[in-house]
Amino acid sequence: MDLGEINPVLLVASLMVAATPLLLAAIGELVVEKAGVLNLGVEGMMIVGAISGFAISVETGSPWLGFIAAAVGGAVLSLLFVLLTQVALANQVASGLALTLFGLGFSALMGQSYVGVKPPDMGEIHIPVISDIPVIGPILFQHDPILYVGIALTTAVWATLKYSRVGLILRAVGENHDAAHALGYKVIKIRIMAILFGGACAGLGGAYISLIRVPQWTEGMTAGVGWIALALVVFASWKPWRALLGAYLFGGITVLQLNLQAAGVAIPVEYLAMSPYIITILVLVILSADKSSAPASLGRTFHASH
Amino acid sequence: MIVLEKRPQPSKAWSYATPLVAVLATMVFGGVLFAILGKNPVEAIGTIFWEPLFGEFSFYYRPQLLVKGAPLVLIAIGLSLGFRAGIWNIGAEGQYIMGAIFGAGAGLAFYPLDAWYIFPIMVIAGAFGGWLWAMIPAILKVRFGTNEILVSLMLVYVAEQMLASVSLGLLKNPEGFGFPGSRNLQSYESAHNAELIAGSGMHWGVVAALIAVIFAYVLLNRHMLGFHIRLTGEAPRAAKFAGVNPARLILFCLGLSGALAGLAGMFEVSGPSGVVSIDFNVGYGFTAIIVAFLGRLHPVGILLAGFLMALTYIGGEIAQSQLGLPAAAIQVFQGMLLFFLLAFDLLTNYRIRAARSEVA
Amino acid sequence: MTTPLLSLQGLTKAYPGVVANDQVSFDIGEGEVHALLGENGAGKSTLVKMIYGLVKPDSGTMLLRGQVFAPPEPRAARADGIAMVFQHFSLFDALNVAENIALGMENPPPMGDLASRIREVSETYGLPLDPYRTVGDLSAGERQRVEIIRCLLQDPKLLIMDEPTSVLTPQEVEILFETLNKLRSEGTSILYISHKLEEIRTLCDHATILRLGKNVGACIPAETSARDMAEMMVGSTLQTPERSGREFGDVALDVSGLSVPSPSEFGTALKNVHMTVRKGEVLGIGGVAGNGQDELLGVLSGEIPTAADAIKFNGQPIGKLGPTARRKLGVLTAPEERLGHAAAPDMSLTENALLTGSVREGLESNGFMKWSETKNFAERIIGAFDVRTPGPDNAARSLSGGNLQKFVIGREVLQSPDVLVVNQPTWGVDAAAAAAIRQAILDLAAKGTAVVCISQDLDELMEISDSFAALNEGRLSAPRETTGLTVDEIGLMMGGAHGMEVAHV
Repeated sequence: MDLGEINPVLLVASLMVAATPLLLAAIGELVVEKAGVLNLGVEGMMIVGAISGFAISVETGSPWLGFIAAAVGGAVLSLLFVLLTQVALANQVASGLALTLFGLGFSALMGQSYVGVKPPDMGEIHIPVISDIPVIGPILFQHDPILYVGIALTTAVWATLKYSRVGLILRAVGENHDAAHALGYKVIKIRIMAILFGGACAGLGGAYISLIRVPQWTEGMTAGVGWIALALVVFASWKPWRALLGAYLFGGITVLQLNLQAAGVAIPVEYLAMSPYIITILVLVILSADKSSAPASLGRTFHASH
Repeated sequence: MIVLEKRPQPSKAWSYATPLVAVLATMVFGGVLFAILGKNPVEAIGTIFWEPLFGEFSFYYRPQLLVKGAPLVLIAIGLSLGFRAGIWNIGAEGQYIMGAIFGAGAGLAFYPLDAWYIFPIMVIAGAFGGWLWAMIPAILKVRFGTNEILVSLMLVYVAEQMLASVSLGLLKNPEGFGFPGSRNLQSYESAHNAELIAGSGMHWGVVAALIAVIFAYVLLNRHMLGFHIRLTGEAPRAAKFAGVNPARLILFCLGLSGALAGLAGMFEVSGPSGVVSIDFNVGYGFTAIIVAFLGRLHPVGILLAGFLMALTYIGGEIAQSQLGLPAAAIQVFQGMLLFFLLAFDLLTNYRIRAARSEVA
Repeated sequence: MTTPLLSLQGLTKAYPGVVANDQVSFDIGEGEVHALLGENGAGKSTLVKMIYGLVKPDSGTMLLRGQVFAPPEPRAARADGIAMVFQHFSLFDALNVAENIALGMENPPPMGDLASRIREVSETYGLPLDPYRTVGDLSAGERQRVEIIRCLLQDPKLLIMDEPTSVLTPQEVEILFETLNKLRSEGTSILYISHKLEEIRTLCDHATILRLGKNVGACIPAETSARDMAEMMVGSTLQTPERSGREFGDVALDVSGLSVPSPSEFGTALKNVHMTVRKGEVLGIGGVAGNGQDELLGVLSGEIPTAADAIKFNGQPIGKLGPTARRKLGVLTAPEERLGHAAAPDMSLTENALLTGSVREGLESNGFMKWSETKNFAERIIGAFDVRTPGPDNAARSLSGGNLQKFVIGREVLQSPDVLVVNQPTWGVDAAAAAAIRQAILDLAAKGTAVVCISQDLDELMEISDSFAALNEGRLSAPRETTGLTVDEIGLMMGGAHGMEVAHV
């Protein structure tokens, strides 16, 4: 065992990478939940995004096209959720589970010929001057572009929800869909847009795992990240910046336990591997006492009767 | 234009018809999927649904139906009680694993003792293991209001790591030449969940599944507790008004579903599988969710749905070996089934009506 | 004659199984306060939803200042100067006042400007309101102000108000009327929906009366007696419940020093509530909605447990007992919300009869249900209370509001309770059913049951109760004998004008 082998700069830099898929998925789900919809299919949308992005990058050689395909793939899968919950008015919990089960199977089917293939490299952005600052440079300014997209997305979602009219309407729909309907807002339409956005974000998050974090394709490779993202939304009390903080926290735990495994710490590997899940549970327990910030219409089906 | 109109009360006819319609729709769209994969859709569907029952080797496959169907039914019965009450245990896979670990562990603790009481002790230990694992989300929900969906699911991943850990450590076969995995319980007679009638596929897990079906049926239709479960799902405030203690209901539903999932795991490890190993669990805990919904959360429906789902597993394996249909295609097929079921369920509560054209 | 502001001509709207509006026509003049009068289910709400663009008429036309007016959605109606204050507020609890108001406007100014305009308008019309307060923390009266100010900021030509006074104390009603009179004098027309006749007589210039979706008459309220209007509205002569001379027995229900936090986030905590109800007595509890009524019912039913001594039944402490144990003793309750609280919507009437009747009616043994006895019990309720339904196998949600309410009240009455607590027993129920329910309550009291009737309908409370108390922000006023109480006194018990005086200094 040699803890000295763990390089703190690399550790912090890699925790940002580990956090990004979580962040992308959580930000998307946050918007969905703010609109009053509980989509438990994040895991399914992520894995479909992972394979869509992987397949398209390999076929075209362009990681960028891959990420676009991942967003589209996630959104298309979320369209099934739309059909179930917004059109067929099915139970959101069951529909989300269906999405995950279907997504896991579908991605495995699509990914058969991609096992063991290496995807094209996206490269890193070295922001001139500041990326050369010691310590801070490698930690903050030498990453792939999607990592910055994640942070930009967080900012955009935060600003939109807080300051824009669209954000206000979205929150209103999630808070009290009947009242929003009475004021003439199109509840279903707004929710559909939110769900599609959430799907696209989850897709991006999935592709980040298969194209950058790992990077390769294996069946079921999201391994519960989608579920942790759901927990993260609760952790964040539906606030974007807290989602970012939470993602980095979880990213940190993941990276740390991997580093500890690599360093050969005396704790058995299995116990290290289960730690992110156990910590998720602990965090949920600590934070579940306060539900006051949850959107009031969350998970309720809306049907405009007369 | 098409409008949805809420029925004054749920349609009985549609509630029976939707599973059938969903199965048909899945066959059609599954066929399209198989065609896209370059297989003859009629042949593929035929292989999946016909071969195991009436094909040349059906004498081999029919018992397999019981073997695969029993754990699905056993788990789904437990889940359905919770689902009816709006308590979402989706971590049955983890409880199944823990049941297997506890059950096998209890049996192996006696090795190589030969005694009649070993198997009953394993049954209790298996149920206890699953119950214990389900009590974690239950107690956290009751005590802190923690979301049981996320906790029960997280515990699946934890259980999988536990499984890996005991396969490599605690329960590792000392005579296994260093390979991971426990002793084979099939060759330890006192702990073996053997076929009750040779070649029938009938083992104690099948018996337990049938008992669970009858138990759930009586509970839901004849007992106040079952009434309270249904009431809580339909109208939680009315349930509180009727005097239901939500905390006790959560503990009961999660505990029972955990115990049943644990039993399923124990019967599997001591019978068909025989060995505690890293790849012991094959997703029964998740497929059981589909089974529960496909059976409309009704005990008899679940029994039928369980065997239908077992059919797709076995038929899928046959199609895999005979037609080269990818294993994942069957997973998609099963996912589709749940989709169509949820979508067509609309017809139970709503009428679809073409709106009159607007009169000026 | 001048063109009316809004002219409705032959408006018809049918829903499956019911014609909500059948050839309704009338005019609303400029600067007129026009009353739309009718019972629950007469079609008032559907009519205003058509004007507001929420519902499209099947046939008929509307003319706004002579121009054809057919708003496809509320936004269009608002753009044409129609504003509406809803009966059940279309407000968002978690958002603040300014955000709520912005949501009701087409092109809201930036938040800072909006806030100062809100202050401005609220001062002009005597409706004080802080733009940055969270709406969930406001009282019912304050919440209504949010809706009114939201409307006023759009300079409406026509302001629609749906049952605005049902959430106000008499003093607050007076202040509201001043605001409305001020608006009228500025030329705004008001469509005022109500079934409270005295209010309409004081406020409105014209009245149109709806019954079963049809326009059955018009009148000038100031020149028409309340009784005549009532008969036009109901279509027959009204029966007032009979009460025989009462003698009260010993104290059956004794509540003392009861304090309970609310289980819901924006609910009201009960603070040091005292009351006693004797056998045969009806205690009426008035007060504006949201002042602790739900919590009081929850505490008395056993849904919210409390200190054992805080509630005594025949001297026995029952505060810690749950609903089933209390039922066993004879303390029964009927909550306000019929669907989802008093009854499970998708379950049959038989199952709903079991919901509260299992213990007292012996519908279970050793935890096993007796279905045939339960069905008998459901049939007895249906028979005794004239519940209109094809049979006990029908789902609760298939019944009309009035019929379900009769079932819910009947279910408790038939179990011969020693104490009965009802919350809003006739809310949303037509006059005939309401009269039947009130009579049943009085009959039960005559047999010696102690009754607590929580209601927002003061007329109802004056009619059936022997003593009266009011809930105000979770506090209960000391009960007083009903006979001889004046409206002003009742208003003060209910909490007066909730700080509205400030604006009128």
